[in-house]
Amino acid sequence: MKQRIHEMHTPKGWGLMGLMGSIMIIAVPLLNILPSSESFFYIPDYLVTLFGKILCYALVALALDLVWGYTGILSLGHGLFFALGGYAMGMHLMRNIGTEGVYKSALPDFMVFLDWKELPWYWHGFDKFPFAMLMVILVPGVLAWVFGFFAFRSRIKGVYFAIVTQALTFAAMLLFFRNNTGFGGNNGLTDFKRILGFSLQDPSTKLGLYVLTGLVLIIFYIFARFIVTSKLGRIIRAIRDAENRVIFSGYDAFKFKLFIWTLSAVVCGIAGALYVPQVGIINPSEMQPSNSIEIVIWVAIGGRGTLLGPILGAIVVNGAKSWFTVAYPEFWLYFLGGLFVLVTVFLPRGLIGILSQKNKEPLRGRT
Amino acid sequence: MAALNYIRNILRRDRVFEFMIPKPVKNPKLRIGQGCLLYVEGVTVSFDGFKALDDLNLYIDDGELRCIIGPNGAGKTTLMDVITGKTLPEEGSVLFGQNIDLLKMKEQEIVEAGIGRKFQRPTVFQELTVMENLELAMHTDKKVWHSLFTYLSEKQLERIEEILEFLALQDHRHQTAGLLSHGQKQWLEIGMLLMQNPKLLFLDEPVAGMTPHEIERTGELLSSMVPEHTVVVIDHDMDFIRSIAKRVTVLHEGHVLAEGSMKDIQSNPQVIEVYLGEE
Repeated sequence: MKQRIHEMHTPKGWGLMGLMGSIMIIAVPLLNILPSSESFFYIPDYLVTLFGKILCYALVALALDLVWGYTGILSLGHGLFFALGGYAMGMHLMRNIGTEGVYKSALPDFMVFLDWKELPWYWHGFDKFPFAMLMVILVPGVLAWVFGFFAFRSRIKGVYFAIVTQALTFAAMLLFFRNNTGFGGNNGLTDFKRILGFSLQDPSTKLGLYVLTGLVLIIFYIFARFIVTSKLGRIIRAIRDAENRVIFSGYDAFKFKLFIWTLSAVVCGIAGALYVPQVGIINPSEMQPSNSIEIVIWVAIGGRGTLLGPILGAIVVNGAKSWFTVAYPEFWLYFLGGLFVLVTVFLPRGLIGILSQKNKEPLRGRT
Repeated sequence: MAALNYIRNILRRDRVFEFMIPKPVKNPKLRIGQGCLLYVEGVTVSFDGFKALDDLNLYIDDGELRCIIGPNGAGKTTLMDVITGKTLPEEGSVLFGQNIDLLKMKEQEIVEAGIGRKFQRPTVFQELTVMENLELAMHTDKKVWHSLFTYLSEKQLERIEEILEFLALQDHRHQTAGLLSHGQKQWLEIGMLLMQNPKLLFLDEPVAGMTPHEIERTGELLSSMVPEHTVVVIDHDMDFIRSIAKRVTVLHEGHVLAEGSMKDIQSNPQVIEVYLGEE
């Protein structure tokens, strides 16, 4: 066990991780609570929410990197799993509004508006928090498993796989846009009031959600580190390099791909569930193909095939996006495109490549 | 009428129902009788009407080093595909030992049963180190969960060292495989096959693109692997085959044209006509 911990990170690496982790989940909340609002160090509430949102994106980027960077399966549909997790959480929050909606009905507002008399069957149970959390994991997980089962069994690879995932998220978006599907149509789910009894308007609830997101990110980072330094991690990288050799070495490559693919989708779902209470809305535009492509861009810019890279990429790109879309909204897409091209041409290993140029991650074997 | 025929058919006295046939045992123990390790009988494979293999019969003895030669399109690679589970033949049977039916097994199950295969182009895991390449190839539990929690035991490390020494790659153990020379990659792949402890090894053109010195070294490697492992080499390089082979099989248009010692083969008029004559 001790050896495994050492393999995951050198002591220096663990220290660095601890430092960044504590800045994220201890320093930021303290700077939000302690200084007065005029102080230079004060972090206003809206920034905390923004950070929380970005950490959710970082979680998604990390999850995509496991399938793309490490296993070589490019997915252009990860936004779908994120949105499904978000919808599961959104349904719970909707049911939690109770009779405080605009129409003062026990049904969610959009159902009253559509003149529905009772709750559709698939909405039952979502008023219970544990059930909703189970769905956050099960819905993206089962969909990914079933989709992956057929795609990987038919040995669909590369561009073809990417296109199919893109089509999947697009189809889901069209489905969710319909009012009759029962998820609020193009308005989606919004006007949430509280989560587990805490008001979502309260800054301290938002701070709590931010810290929770940070914790989940750290836990999943450690878990991902555990995976990529295990033998399974070497097998998935081997699948990326030469899948045939893996099969003829006696591994069922299909099962390994399915495992990592499903895991990745589940994590995306969790990220979506953390995202929705912080931003207060979930609608089908989250399933737009362009959203999924943006996730790929974060990973590519940060540096795929590393774990820190995608997190960095998500933070840098989304940080820039928040600033740009306020300062120069019309230039954002040009900037994003330009950044993508520049990084691909000059930094094939991504932004993380600059940092680790000298101490290139040693490709080690056990001695 | 059709229904009646159907019922008659079902009630035929010599009919054997699917569910009555005993299920093949998972991972049966290999049974070798009369020294024969692999039986390929009456195998036919066609692609869009073109018969890549045509009623082919081939027997490989336990512990021999066999070479298979033949002009392009003779069906050499297709034959390997059939034996290793990549292609399913329309007709025929492929038995490993006396009791293992390879046609009913998936690729990785065939590997588990003890048949290794080297591809024409060297395929190693480019971005993993030499040691990691050997680690992954090792004969061990290959399930997903096991792979997540396992680590190498002393005994397994010793086995890796042994193979590294055999391949003369000790100094390269921490190098990424992509940086090895072409010849070294080929050897590493042979080493990866050996890590699986296979009974039977198929090597597709193991010396293609090698320098004469490397070819010589490969010949030595292969010769030292028998009779512990049974080795089947498929190649074009006549000098190489002359230097290692005891028995040679010549394939032509999907069936066996001739079989025997290199000397017999070279003096066989049919073989000279279709194959050696071209050189």
